[in-house]
Amino acid sequence: MNLIVAIKLVPDLVEELKINEEGNFLDLESLRLRVNEFDEHALEQAILLKERGAGRVIVIALDGEGVEDALFTAAAKGADQIIKLTGNTMPLVSNHTLARWLAPVIKSLQPGLVLTGVQAHNDLDGPLGPLLAEYLNLPYVGYVAKATMKDGEVEIRKEYPGGLAAEMEIDLPAVLGIQAAEQPPRYIAFSRIRQAMKTVQLEERQIPDPFIEEPIAIARLFQPEIGERAEIISGDVDEIAARLVDIFTDLDLL
Amino acid sequence: MAVNPVTQRPTFNEIFYTSLQKLPDGERVRACLQCGTCSGVCPFGYLMDYPPSKMIAALRAGMFDRVMKTDKVWMCVSCYACTNSCPAQIPLTAGLMTRTKEELLLAGNVPVELQDALENTQRYGNPMGESPRKRAAWARGIEPSVKIMSQINRPIDVLWFVGDYASFHPRVQLSSRALARIFNLLGVDFGILGHEENSDGDSQRLAGERGLFELLVDKNSKAFQKYQFNQIVTADPHAFNALKNEYPKLGVNYPVQHYTQYLSAKLDLLRPLLRHEIKARITYHDPCYLGRANGIYQPPRQLLQAIPGVELVEMPHSAVNSLCCGGGGGGMWLEGYQWEQAHARLSEWRVREAVAIGADILAVACTYEIPRFEDAVKMVQKASRLVIRDISELLLESIGE
Amino acid sequence: MKQEIFVLIEHLQGRVTDISYLMLAAARGITEKLDGNVVALLLGHNQRALANDLAADRILYFDHPDLAHFTPGAYQRVIGSLIEENKPRLALFGDTSIGVEVAGPLSARLNLPLVSYCKSLRVENNEIKFTSQICGGKLMAEGELPSPTALVTMIPGAYKAEQGRSVTPGVVVQASVPQLDKHPVRFLQYIEPETGDVDITKEALLISVGRGIQSKDNLEIIQELADALGGVVCASRPVVDQGWLPATRLVGKSGKRVKPKVYLALGISGATEHVEAITDSEVIIAVNTDPLAPIFNLAKYGATVDLLDLVPALTEAVKQATVKA
Ligand SMILES: Cc1cc2nc3c(=O)[nH]c(=O)nc-3n(C[C@H](O)[C@H](O)[C@H](O)COP(=O)(O)OP(=O)(O)OC[C@H]3O[C@@H](n4cnc5c(N)ncnc54)[C@H](O)[C@@H]3O)c2cc1C
Ligand code: SF4
Ligand code: SF4
Repeated sequence: MNLIVAIKLVPDLVEELKINEEGNFLDLESLRLRVNEFDEHALEQAILLKERGAGRVIVIALDGEGVEDALFTAAAKGADQIIKLTGNTMPLVSNHTLARWLAPVIKSLQPGLVLTGVQAHNDLDGPLGPLLAEYLNLPYVGYVAKATMKDGEVEIRKEYPGGLAAEMEIDLPAVLGIQAAEQPPRYIAFSRIRQAMKTVQLEERQIPDPFIEEPIAIARLFQPEIGERAEIISGDVDEIAARLVDIFTDLDLL
Repeated sequence: MAVNPVTQRPTFNEIFYTSLQKLPDGERVRACLQCGTCSGVCPFGYLMDYPPSKMIAALRAGMFDRVMKTDKVWMCVSCYACTNSCPAQIPLTAGLMTRTKEELLLAGNVPVELQDALENTQRYGNPMGESPRKRAAWARGIEPSVKIMSQINRPIDVLWFVGDYASFHPRVQLSSRALARIFNLLGVDFGILGHEENSDGDSQRLAGERGLFELLVDKNSKAFQKYQFNQIVTADPHAFNALKNEYPKLGVNYPVQHYTQYLSAKLDLLRPLLRHEIKARITYHDPCYLGRANGIYQPPRQLLQAIPGVELVEMPHSAVNSLCCGGGGGGMWLEGYQWEQAHARLSEWRVREAVAIGADILAVACTYEIPRFEDAVKMVQKASRLVIRDISELLLESIGE
Repeated sequence: MKQEIFVLIEHLQGRVTDISYLMLAAARGITEKLDGNVVALLLGHNQRALANDLAADRILYFDHPDLAHFTPGAYQRVIGSLIEENKPRLALFGDTSIGVEVAGPLSARLNLPLVSYCKSLRVENNEIKFTSQICGGKLMAEGELPSPTALVTMIPGAYKAEQGRSVTPGVVVQASVPQLDKHPVRFLQYIEPETGDVDITKEALLISVGRGIQSKDNLEIIQELADALGGVVCASRPVVDQGWLPATRLVGKSGKRVKPKVYLALGISGATEHVEAITDSEVIIAVNTDPLAPIFNLAKYGATVDLLDLVPALTEAVKQATVKA
């Protein structure tokens, strides 16, 4: 069975985010990208399933700066096949667009299980997984923290807020949004990655459609204001306590 | 059971033993006397299922796979204490311990904290995961301004390799600023690489990440090649060790000095500036990678003694017998793991010694140590009076800036 | 014609979740400006009573055995056909493990625009504008929600749950449930949170103590405060090193990275190794006798009093406030 992992690059928040002159998108020049952290969990979960005998792991990503490193790292970790989507693309595209590009390629790979990160911090039009599932006409379950293959099914643990979880079973093929792999993503020695770069073949597939019109336009992108230093609450302890209670109430914590 | 010797594949034990002997002086491992000195001097030897001598015994018995099954090798802080005391002169730290960590790393047996530091280094070129673009941010506001090589178009005398902690750790940045001011006062023609500098990689190498080390050497070497300079100076003993001993093995060869060497050679110029007394009992901690690994003991002491008013006192463990602060060989990134195993911190032993001899100030010359010892001071009884200062900070204080 | 705003009510184990009330408040904010109705969609089985405090003009209640627990297939079927038939101006969902699994697939299936991470909605020149918080809170994105129908998934932050609660509930209409086919996703059972030690990375309110607490005995008043607030106690390293709290409660470089709504730092100086792990907190409040402590550079609110004086007073104030509520 083919376990397909779709990974995407997102802005690296370690760098300051700059906004373009029009004020409606990120400044692509200064942008630094990294693999979405949840996608790294999706990959780890896929490799764990492979190690338990579930099948082959195929990793797909859209072209972009650093994507080859990410794919070779995946190969070094145990992916059997790595694919890069190339064509008339941009560093950041919406998930609706990405899902439409990915769907036909994934379909051609005869997926048994598709794994994506449950979300990414820049999913303005919703996470990738549910959209991808719909374009593939497959069921989707997200917030998955554990997955076990059964005969023709996958049994998963889905997390709800507040520590509650549910056990569900899903007929295959299906798409999962992984919140956390059963173990933290493994470290892979750099020499192994270098070796993969020399020995593993990176496949390329063309993006099928021309660019797709985005239904939602950002009119303004801006940084929220943040205070430089703490506002010091004055008064005696009772006054301070009263103010803190107000703050907790405003935050809906009481 | 009879085995056909022609088709029998070598065991992991055999491959590992052979590879060890191929390292520089590696064949000496065969001369091990099993005297146990190494395990005795190792600060964490009592916790290791297989301290160095027992590792060698296991190798000889063909049972090295047992060593690989424990993770206690991660207690090794690459302090060179074992290497320095081995009568058979076996390269224990650089050879046996580091090779074993490399194998553990390949096998995926890596504590999570260390994994984070290594991933950060791969991604950002520094173990703390800071933005590489901010590598020169510590120098902002210093006058005359600190020159960044990519912004000036001329050769320079001294290329200052700043290093990770000196660039990014807020407390250590203060010592970098002090050193920059001293360089300015001495009229040193110096520059830094800024965003083009990457981690020196020495601690990652000693934590078993050889491939990553090679990647970093490659990146730094490309940056070095772009510019003209006469020598490199660094305040980071780990970077110093790498540039002096390890980079040349990969063909990257530049004259390098630790800043204490560089400044002590300029004492004639520096001494007249040291006008203000520091009336204090000061003791100096020899960092492993300046002392034991590279034999530099006098320059830091000369600088301290040049400060008027200073009474320099020695701790029982000093110079070649110095106690490790616990930050080397990846120890900086194994705090949680090592505490879990030991419930003791090497930096605290050190601080206890400084307190016991009645020191007012513990002077250091390594960029890992300021935060480690300042933290230890909080935990050690009666240590709250002990002040931790980098030598550069003490010099600047005496200059009165 | 009156425009309708649909709100999918989320509930777990017999309780309506806070995000549902927040969404009702957001929807109400719009219908007050544009002539419209807030329509709450409640799906369940024998759970009509959950409609009792929903501040909506109308509540459509769908009852079916297959709706007893959330499963994406059944929810998509019910809400999808409802949206197709009624063409509401907006449909609001929680940006949660329920809402996302309905809104996402429906956006693709019905070809409707979807905006997520939406923090607030407002009306400007008769258009509905969204403000979304993206990139881990580092950026805000604003734009227009296209007509005729747009789907939105919402995060908390701008509205209060109270505003979505009502003592006089709207009209509850028992709606007919479309044919629910066998779906490939099946609910098996709930798994209760493990009773072992808490996972501080998942807590919304952390009361974190540092060396300023001075002795183990003082942990008692901290625990009382935590109990009153419904939060969890965690600590900086010196506290854990001395064995006053288990290592699972350690925050920092060698401990856990946390992201609570509120991080209340009591007697913590703000050393780099500690604060690097709390930067994802929504609000940091610091109490420290030293006005120059670096923690104040990161905190939103601060107080420079003795924590041993403040904590009992705060516990008392919190208790009084919760009794009143
Ligand atoms: C490699 C390494 C890894 C580390 N990892 C971690 C880690 O994971 N987590 C961590 O926390 N630390 C870590 N540390 C330690 C860190 O450097 C600090 O030493 C530690 O965080 C300090 O804890 P603290 O703020 O509680 O104590 P202190 O720094 O001593 O601060 C106590 C504060 O309490 C205030 N105070 C005192 N009395 C009162 C009172 N009555 N009321 C109000 N305020 C009062 C004081 O003004 C002071 O600011 C690490 C250190 C190193 C070197
Ligand atoms: S280098 Fe130091 S810590 Fe490592 S084994 Fe030798 S003595 Fe022990
Ligand atoms: S000190 Fe040297 S000779 Fe003695 S046991 Fe250790 S490695 Fe062998």
